[in-house]
Amino acid sequence: MVGATLRVRKARSVTIADIQRPHPSPTPRILESKPRPSDRIFRGIVALGGFSSLIILGLIAGYLFFRGFSILQSEGLSFITGYEWVSSINSDGSEGAAQSTYGVGAMLIGTLVTAAIALVIGVPVSVFAALYLTFFAPQRIKRVLVTVVDLMAAFPSILFGLWGLYVLMEPGMYVAELLNKYLEWIPIFAVPVPVFLRSPFIAGLVLAVMIIPIVTAVSREIFAQTPLDRIQAAYALGASKWAMIKNVAFPYSYSGVVGGAMLGLGRAMGETVAVFTVLNILYQANFKILLGAGGNLASHIILKFGEASEEEIKALMAAGFILFLMTLAVNMLANVIVNKTGRRGR
Amino acid sequence: MTPVTAVSPIKPWRPTRRDYIVQCGILVGSFFASYLVIENTGFAGRLPLVIFFGIFAITSLAILSGMKRGKEAAKDAVMAGAAYTGIFALLLPVASILWTVTSRGTAAIYSGFFTTDMSQDPFSSTLDVGGIKHALIGTIWLIVIALIISVPLGILTALYLTEIKGPGSALIRFLVQAMSGIPSIVAGLFIYSALISGTGRGFSGFMGALALSILMIPTVARTAEEVLKLVPPDLREAGLALGATQWKTVALVVIPAAKSGLVTAVILGVARIAGETAPLLFTTGGADDTNLNPFDGNMGSIPFYIWKALIDGSPEAASRAWAGIFILMLAVLALFALARFLSRAKIVK
Amino acid sequence: MSNTEKEDGSMNSTATPTTGTRTTSLGDVATASAAARARPEQPVGSGLEARNVHAWFGKYHAISDMSLDFPTGTVTALIGPSGCGKSTFLRTLNRMHEFIPGAAMAGEVLLHGKDIYAPGTDVTKIRLKIGMVFQKPNPFPSMTIGENVLAGIKLAQLKVANKNDLMEECLERAGLWNEVKDRLNQPGGSLSGGQQQRLCIARSLAVRPEVLLMDEPCSALDPGSTLKIEETISELAKTMTIIIVTHNMQQAARVSDYTAFLLSDGGPGQIVEFAPTREIFTRPKDKRTENYVTGRFG
Repeated sequence: MVGATLRVRKARSVTIADIQRPHPSPTPRILESKPRPSDRIFRGIVALGGFSSLIILGLIAGYLFFRGFSILQSEGLSFITGYEWVSSINSDGSEGAAQSTYGVGAMLIGTLVTAAIALVIGVPVSVFAALYLTFFAPQRIKRVLVTVVDLMAAFPSILFGLWGLYVLMEPGMYVAELLNKYLEWIPIFAVPVPVFLRSPFIAGLVLAVMIIPIVTAVSREIFAQTPLDRIQAAYALGASKWAMIKNVAFPYSYSGVVGGAMLGLGRAMGETVAVFTVLNILYQANFKILLGAGGNLASHIILKFGEASEEEIKALMAAGFILFLMTLAVNMLANVIVNKTGRRGR
Repeated sequence: MTPVTAVSPIKPWRPTRRDYIVQCGILVGSFFASYLVIENTGFAGRLPLVIFFGIFAITSLAILSGMKRGKEAAKDAVMAGAAYTGIFALLLPVASILWTVTSRGTAAIYSGFFTTDMSQDPFSSTLDVGGIKHALIGTIWLIVIALIISVPLGILTALYLTEIKGPGSALIRFLVQAMSGIPSIVAGLFIYSALISGTGRGFSGFMGALALSILMIPTVARTAEEVLKLVPPDLREAGLALGATQWKTVALVVIPAAKSGLVTAVILGVARIAGETAPLLFTTGGADDTNLNPFDGNMGSIPFYIWKALIDGSPEAASRAWAGIFILMLAVLALFALARFLSRAKIVK
Repeated sequence: MSNTEKEDGSMNSTATPTTGTRTTSLGDVATASAAARARPEQPVGSGLEARNVHAWFGKYHAISDMSLDFPTGTVTALIGPSGCGKSTFLRTLNRMHEFIPGAAMAGEVLLHGKDIYAPGTDVTKIRLKIGMVFQKPNPFPSMTIGENVLAGIKLAQLKVANKNDLMEECLERAGLWNEVKDRLNQPGGSLSGGQQQRLCIARSLAVRPEVLLMDEPCSALDPGSTLKIEETISELAKTMTIIIVTHNMQQAARVSDYTAFLLSDGGPGQIVEFAPTREIFTRPKDKRTENYVTGRFG
């Protein structure tokens, strides 16, 4: 009744009924403001830029698929499951003996094997290092070490390739021989011939070192977010640091750490140069990780690219498309998991 | 108030001197025990020494704690041991890498290293010829062009997410995160398939820069978004309350407020792509001679230089590779230090 | 009271005498509550004693020269204006103060005559004997109600003959059993604020503490829950020593046998006066205490 003029009325006082009668709620005014032209242009430009990532991702998927389409079509599902990679045109352009068969199965296995080794070695190291940084390190050392971890994440992959080849190879081979000598009864540690040079095991080691900074950084951030009141409650009940970590920090951080490990997995699956340098690329599915033969999808592409015929290039594009899909899926899943931990705050 | 006689603060929960001595004793003892084991069994070398040392040390410390304070304390000691082992296992490769780069990286650097290219001499020639002039120029071109492409797109993406918050923001944010995980080889392969293969165009520096941009945009966008989110909303409201349009508010209020953070975002983006090799293998052709035109013809770059040296395989080439990596690492470290300095300067202000 | 000298030993020698006015309603509450509780006038020798306790945060001297003897089987309230160091002092009693980076202390805290800060002491065992309930209820959300009660047992890996009996007993003593006995499997966070706090009390009881420290346990709760918890405190005090920090003077008057008034005059917090609750609120000896309890400041 704002704005209504008060009129003096005769002989009618306000009753309870008046007050209690439901008043019609005022309808809200619709507020409109047209953005000025300069703002419209601004918003348009920003939107365009903002959608650039969507556009780029779409283009990548599109082009790789498009270029590799004919091969995908002719091979069908056996492109993924097939174990042969034969180009009917030799690199000098002459007709080769066999029909072309393109199947990335062996290299997919290789990707998974090397990535698995990287995870098995890298994730425990990262988790314990993150625990140290969050719960054991004194403040000043912690700041320095966090910087070191961030720096490590910025090392170029070719550096890891060089270091892996020239520095890690020897101790790596030594460990491989030891594993072979004492644990030969486990199938993956057996070798048909004692060639330990440039094996998937060494490649896995190098990949482990490469993913440690990512997984450590993500794990550390998650551990640091463990709610303080829960930690204090645990200590006040007489828990040791170990009991607190096991019963409070881990349950809270578990999914975030898993997400971090998946980010590491994505990195390990897509790594090209380091693997190429350190691993003896042979086109075979090799589960005997100590034996010097194998490869992963990315390094296979690099290997074949230099001398590929036009048809083979199409196959390499198709392979790239598969690699793109795989790493995209892993990364998206990882991000979903990591984001969920932060927001839900279990 | 009664004047209190000066009392000094203490921290009785810290390990005492005696505790430290006992711990040191155990560590030394474990070392010797480990040494004895190595001597008398088939194991040899530094690695088993370290591993046995670790096992003995953690076990003895755990037993000691267990005897004094029970099973829980023993588990606590094992956990602490595992944590220390973890951080040690992380630092060991880092130290090894840094040490190797510095010790091997300078061998190939001579007076003419920065002023000659590799067009005259193969990678296996002696170390007093050849150099990385072409590679330096190439990398600089790559970074410059990538910056021109990525910085606007990255910052615009961040602005879309923080200022406009339009439809699809959640999707965009998610995609940017996903994009930062694209393997670098895919970026190179994409540019090759889209712009080089079947078009008659050849390799060039520009192509390489495009591939690098794909990797750089997400890094810039994510860091920029975080930095822009830190700008307090009151600042934006103040700008709008003064009658400014949104774009003026953003350009004249928000961005200057986030200035040093945005520069940090850019620097981190550059550090990300400076050492990338795989994309360049599909797009730039890796020349050995100096090419000043990024739009035409094969272009060298530091990562490609290292790659070629690696492929060559001779000891001289290996030294060249280390030298290339050494230069690259200096650049990355410098960029990092700059980024840290900037973010700290902002906090101090 | 025969213990007067000892208890007042912490008083400053420059205590300002009061004008002798009686503080009324709080005093009446305190008197009534004391009568209702009917505890022995002369409590047995104390289990917990603080001697010349100081605490620092880095360079900041937070509390200075606090000495208090907490008689067994009593409730002692620590009152005083914000920032005077009540919570800090409380946390020195169960060695939670040391978690803050830069923390330091001086003095001794004796449990049955042994300094809990002595080198070589197992701090986790101390915290089993001296429990704590926090201001904001903090049940573990990833555990059920039942698991929460037994959380202390699990964390410290204690051997318990019959877990279910223990759980029921603790919930009973905390005044929560009837409300949750049918839903022990629901998550700990599904209770109301007051219930959560009683759950936290039950949780602390499971490890059989001798002393229970409570840091403003009701300040985040509604009056109904507050009253329930005060009833619980009175019950618990029959078998253990309770020390409660509170902003609420009515609560102190209702619930405690002894009260200590802490004050920080711009410097480190100190104990101004310590006496049976009745006396603090009816005949405070120090002018500053009188000013505080009559509401002239704080």
